[in-house]
Amino acid sequence: MAGAGKPYSDPYLAGIGLGLVLLSAYVWVGRGLGASGAFSSVVVAASTGSASPLGDWLVLELVGVAAGGYLSARLAGRTRAAIERGPRVSRRGRIMAAACGGVLMGLGAKFARGCTSGQALSGGALLSAGSWIFIAACFATGYAFAPLARRLWR
Amino acid sequence: MTAPLTETGALGSTGELVAAPLIGMAFGWCLERPGLGYAPKLAGQFYLSDLTVYKVMFSALLTAMLGAFWLDRMGLLNLSLVSMPETYVLPQALGGVLFGAGFLVAGLCPGTSCVAAASGRLDGFCVIGGMLGGVALFHAVFPWVQRFYESTALGSVTFAEMLNVSRGMGIALVTLVALGGFAIAGRIEKARS
Repeated sequence: MAGAGKPYSDPYLAGIGLGLVLLSAYVWVGRGLGASGAFSSVVVAASTGSASPLGDWLVLELVGVAAGGYLSARLAGRTRAAIERGPRVSRRGRIMAAACGGVLMGLGAKFARGCTSGQALSGGALLSAGSWIFIAACFATGYAFAPLARRLWR
Repeated sequence: MTAPLTETGALGSTGELVAAPLIGMAFGWCLERPGLGYAPKLAGQFYLSDLTVYKVMFSALLTAMLGAFWLDRMGLLNLSLVSMPETYVLPQALGGVLFGAGFLVAGLCPGTSCVAAASGRLDGFCVIGGMLGGVALFHAVFPWVQRFYESTALGSVTFAEMLNVSRGMGIALVTLVALGGFAIAGRIEKARS
């Protein structure tokens, strides 16, 4: 249910806020935002048994993302234990799709060297050629396969 | 004083580690506020019924792109010290294809899955679990894909350099296309929902 909790913020205002956060990351630490890189660090740390991944910049940042997301949801009355899904898919089907989609994104982010945060947004704003190749391939594929995934969402 | 602060020595490595969770928190906040922790909303992007993903992503991209460009022009930020992802044409194209298919099926991307999970959504946790599995799978098959993974390397290059136009021209192009998208986004949503 989308209806519970306070209404969402204006997407353009939130986007400008997000852009200022990204800009402050460039100014403060000379790098962009990221997400998939943190998953990579966790997997590497777990498989090599090396030091805790908590010393990793992206892992610390992603812990912050979870905290900031929780705080925002909490203050808007949107925290709730639930499985969000389309109207025609079972809970079990949604869980399977979420996990499979995660596997594909994990693989894709490794090949692309980043995800929607680190590659599309942070690299795209710096005009990186590879970032724009990633953005084009990502959304073209999403639209191409959307009719096949209708049962999940429509 | 010029930025990036940690690159120009104005801030040490402690400043860098303190920045991480603070920047992350603001990032997570900006994703949750417009509803990007709610998977059906993100999936609406692919059915053109809800373009919140496009609106948030491209207004953020424009803000950061124009801000970085002008701060650099005014001598406040040295853009050459900001790390830019390197380009690997074919691996990034394949990565985009796999990622796009995964995004469609999962309804969340890596960052937003953390926001979904943090607000209690089980589907967010499942996407996170799947991603850890996908990354582990990549490491397991890495010896077989390494040659492809490192192929078509162009280094740190902008699309403006590849098209042989100025940086300002590249920025103008992105700005015009994004603004054009904003102008018709509302009409598309109305027609498709």
